[in-house]
Amino acid sequence: MATAFKPKHQRLVLILLAFAALIAAGLLAAWALRNQASLFYVPVQFAADPPAPGRAVRLGGMVAEGSLKTQADGVTIRFAVSDGEAVVPVTYSGIVPDLFQEGSGVVAEGHLQPDGTFRADNLLAKHDESYVPRELEDMTAAQAKQTVAETFQ
Amino acid sequence: MIANFGLAALWLAAALAALQCLAGFAALRGEGQALAGVVRPVAVVQGALCIAAFAALLLAFVWSDLSVALVAQNSHSAKPLIFKLAGAWGNHEGSMLMWVSIMAVAGGLIALVERRLPEPTILATLGAQAFVGLGFYAFLLFSSNPFERLDPAPAQGMGLNPLLQDVGLAFHPPTLYLGYVGLSVAFSFAVGALLTRQVTPEFARVMRPWVLGAWIFLTIGITAGSYWAYYELGWGGWWFWDPVENASLMPWLAGTALLHSASVLASRDALRAWTIVLGVIAFSMSMVGTFLVRSGILTSVHAFAVDPERGTFILALLAIYIGGALALFAVRAGTVAEGERFALMSREGALVVNNVALSAILGIVLLGTLYPLVTEALGFRVSVGPPYFNPVSAVFAIPMLLVLTVGPLLRWRRDRFERVRGPVILIGIVLVAVLAAVAFFYGIGLLPMLGIALAAGIAVASFMPLRGRSLRRLPLPVWGMAISHFGIAVALFGMAADSAFTQERLIAAGVGQATEVGPWQVRLDSVRPVAGPNWTAIEGRLLAQYQGGAVYELTPQARSFWAPAQETNESALLTRWNGQLYAVLGEEAEDGRWQLRVWWKPFVTFIWYGGLLIALGGVLALIGRVTGDLRRRFARRKIAARHVDAMA
Repeated sequence: MATAFKPKHQRLVLILLAFAALIAAGLLAAWALRNQASLFYVPVQFAADPPAPGRAVRLGGMVAEGSLKTQADGVTIRFAVSDGEAVVPVTYSGIVPDLFQEGSGVVAEGHLQPDGTFRADNLLAKHDESYVPRELEDMTAAQAKQTVAETFQ
Repeated sequence: MIANFGLAALWLAAALAALQCLAGFAALRGEGQALAGVVRPVAVVQGALCIAAFAALLLAFVWSDLSVALVAQNSHSAKPLIFKLAGAWGNHEGSMLMWVSIMAVAGGLIALVERRLPEPTILATLGAQAFVGLGFYAFLLFSSNPFERLDPAPAQGMGLNPLLQDVGLAFHPPTLYLGYVGLSVAFSFAVGALLTRQVTPEFARVMRPWVLGAWIFLTIGITAGSYWAYYELGWGGWWFWDPVENASLMPWLAGTALLHSASVLASRDALRAWTIVLGVIAFSMSMVGTFLVRSGILTSVHAFAVDPERGTFILALLAIYIGGALALFAVRAGTVAEGERFALMSREGALVVNNVALSAILGIVLLGTLYPLVTEALGFRVSVGPPYFNPVSAVFAIPMLLVLTVGPLLRWRRDRFERVRGPVILIGIVLVAVLAAVAFFYGIGLLPMLGIALAAGIAVASFMPLRGRSLRRLPLPVWGMAISHFGIAVALFGMAADSAFTQERLIAAGVGQATEVGPWQVRLDSVRPVAGPNWTAIEGRLLAQYQGGAVYELTPQARSFWAPAQETNESALLTRWNGQLYAVLGEEAEDGRWQLRVWWKPFVTFIWYGGLLIALGGVLALIGRVTGDLRRRFARRKIAARHVDAMA
């Protein structure tokens, strides 16, 4: 097939194919991003306009004080994620990340279940004590929410 | 005291960089010739001063000189020495100093050893290297001074994040930085070649060892980083498509493409303009990576700092250097003559496929990494993860890997399919047979299935170029190619096997209780407290029996550090040739049971063995290139000497 072209045409064909492939990559990426990106919610958005059950989303906020409970199987936990205005109940099975505790920031990856609890497949806690600024301790809830929104994506 | 010395060395180095930049570019014009002689010596001295500055910072950390703000923030006198040293670069300022130092040392090395290119090209290259360096000196001195003092000095430092107190991680950032910054050399060579209109095969041959060196370090850095995330984070995953990981992957993708296009330019004098563009892109990706990690704009699970001023600074540098280089390219591209032609069916054709596919994957990763930033600016937050990256990059990775099986068999310039029909049919049979066997015996996902089949095909194909050749006389770079390609097969197999066959068990186990995971029976034997130099821990003793045979011991820990106070889970790994048993100890449940998470991950280690093989291939190729160059130099000197003798 290639021998049907003159060398000059082959070069042109090559350049066109390369461009076509790169443009295709861009279009494919754009299309996939629209479909695959999971949205980030804070609890107040969750309460106002919840995502469809089963859709992969991320929920970020502070682990509400006094809400962390371990279930009978010893590995499932329930806790509430709060942003000072709304609260979402979350369940998670597994070993919690190192810096996960009541009052700290968390991002839960998972989906909303029909019963209104958020089922987390993965918990992301901050990894570094200087990651969320120390000022967080004496922050108002609204500021804390803002900080969480800024520090996690 | 030592901090003052370091700061002085840094200022002096910056001043020399300014001189090097001016003199290097002035030498391009007639009237600047007088300055040409100073460029090389200045580059060498600049490198030496940077080493001195970095050594000063290391000493400040070793001596725990708490009057230096950086030491006070990141070190603690009770810390083991290796982590005191690692503390020097495990933070923003120190790592930027390391960046500048590596860049200056690379410039000094070019000045010392590189004699193959026309002198103006080298001078322009050194000028460009200093020009890029200057931006980072400004960044260091004006917004990230590593030698800033505290008065009065605090009594004790704050310590290093315990997660970062790990020997592997101590050497991870320097390795990646050598890779990132090594690509700046490719950038400078590309600018130098454009400025002096010397885009020649010789230029590619000179640039290639530098790219190869940077690429080796990137490969090792990514492999090590992946293993670190795997055992340290305790999630059992080895790649998270985290922005920080992507930041190291993107320069690697561009560097890999550059390596292949440079070999086309060096051997065949084709792909001239494209190689230049890739040189610019590769270093751009290093800077994008640095921007993402250092600006705090994408604070991910790995992120370190939140400081908009720094981000803006790096972004400005990025715009100046990349914009400048691309503008220069736009002006000069017309003067880069069209290279040699080649047929689609040829080694060059296959390498073009490699380059296009790698560029496409690079674009996909870049878009996926930046998309959350763009949407955030538009007011809604998203996150992009494996459901996007895996299938979309596979669309381009699979054809690339298929072409990889055949490309090295093809001849340069023009080839016929008939000539390679035998090997191609053999590789095709292996591929289809493995695919059919896997599909028949295991019900696994499409991507892992394709991965295993491709791995088998590439493993066979990688050694095909060696057939019919004398193995003793085979040049090292050809061995390097075969081994690197084989490494891809090995890594691919590990990835596919891990994602298809991993088994997991999560229980709350009482002492004495046993559970099964895959071929293993795992029993929680005891739980006891242990203490380390700056931590205490609860250690679980697990007894694991493989298929009713030998019993092994694993001791995962839940550690508490006290400077700074932090908890970590230290996973325990048990490696067999055919996989790893991975155990994590969690918290104590109220009734005295312990959370225990155990994975059996068949062939997961092949991922990192593969990564190391890829790097090893690079090392062999580098040795082959450098010794070849030395031999030629030696021969040339001998001829010159004989010539002088004859004259006498």
